[in-house]
Amino acid sequence: MAVPILKQSPYLIATIQSALSDADLLSLRDSLTEQVGRFRSRGVIVDVTALDVLDSFASRTLRDISYMVRLRGAETVIVGIQPEVAFAMVQLGVTLKDVATALDLEEGLAYLDKKKLNSGRD
Amino acid sequence: MKELDEKDLLRELVAHLRQNRTELREDWARRITDAKLLTAMSREEIFAEATSVYNKYVEALETGTLEMLHAYARNLSERIIPRGVETHEVLGIVLLLRDVLARSLFAKYQGDFKLLNRVLDAYEPAANRVANAVAVGFVQERERIIREQQQSIRELSTPVLQVRERLLILPIIGVIDSQRARQLTEQLLRAIRANRARVVVIDITGVAAVDSSVANHLVQTVEASQLLGAAVIVTGLSPEIAQTLVRIGVNLGKVRTVGDLQGGLEEAERVLGYKVVPIAEASKPA
Repeated sequence: MAVPILKQSPYLIATIQSALSDADLLSLRDSLTEQVGRFRSRGVIVDVTALDVLDSFASRTLRDISYMVRLRGAETVIVGIQPEVAFAMVQLGVTLKDVATALDLEEGLAYLDKKKLNSGRD
Repeated sequence: MKELDEKDLLRELVAHLRQNRTELREDWARRITDAKLLTAMSREEIFAEATSVYNKYVEALETGTLEMLHAYARNLSERIIPRGVETHEVLGIVLLLRDVLARSLFAKYQGDFKLLNRVLDAYEPAANRVANAVAVGFVQERERIIREQQQSIRELSTPVLQVRERLLILPIIGVIDSQRARQLTEQLLRAIRANRARVVVIDITGVAAVDSSVANHLVQTVEASQLLGAAVIVTGLSPEIAQTLVRIGVNLGKVRTVGDLQGGLEEAERVLGYKVVPIAEASKPA
């Protein structure tokens, strides 16, 4: 199932609705890295609220997205990781190193707004 | 003399014990005091309990059913465990009673060795069953109390408190084992979500010892909280704990640490963008 990507002024918001196959994740990665440039976005939010499992491949892909988007000049925030998911990830040693995370969409937007202010651009 | 069967023997025995109740009971109570058992209880209390234990005991011998005695043992345990009565004491007094009664049987039947043997054959298994029931009742009660206490300690000891909007504190007191660490982390994560916290201060002033597994739990809690978008500040690492952690080579580099709870709260307020100033200073025009 493809993940819809919404453009919200300077940000891109990808809301994952259901469990994704590895191919879906890779296509999400490709679309995001491509659209960041096309829309000249300053930030990307990936909402994983609906996921009750984040396996190592998904975590790695999310991390890759964050690094790639950073290389394209934007910030990424992963939002909505469930408490149980967070606990399971830490127990399995799967962590999102150097990736910004926030509680929910609202917090993610606030984080990106603050980043934008600090960077002094726009 | 007519041969008595085992039932009759037991009945005769019970009658004997009923008849000599007062002396035997006193003998028993005296022996308890002599053996320095039940020092937590007064003489009168011991005598009163001895009376009802004695009656229940004889009753159990007579009927062969242990339910009543079992219930009584549990009830008694409930009353005396909080006063510091130990397992060996309870076992000791029950065995003493068995001995006292056996002695009285020796005295009564000493003329007829064969009959004595048969009386003891009837008495001993019954008496052992009774002693067993009392001891098991006591130990079960004790274990139930311990379980209850563990449960209440677990529930009491990990409150997650909101100090300010978006700021939680988690004071940890006592020992962290993996079960508690797990429960603690789950509780914290739920609270982060419920209170929309952005900063969490974990205070471990009350944690007696920190070893590598505790440190590992701490790191896991911190990482899990960060995944929910909350920054974690750990406070209250004592000099001893700091030295231990460095000596055993635990790296808390990923964890932000501040000396005490006050410092942690100040740091958290900075992160949240608060500035605390005295009222006088705040009302002054800049």
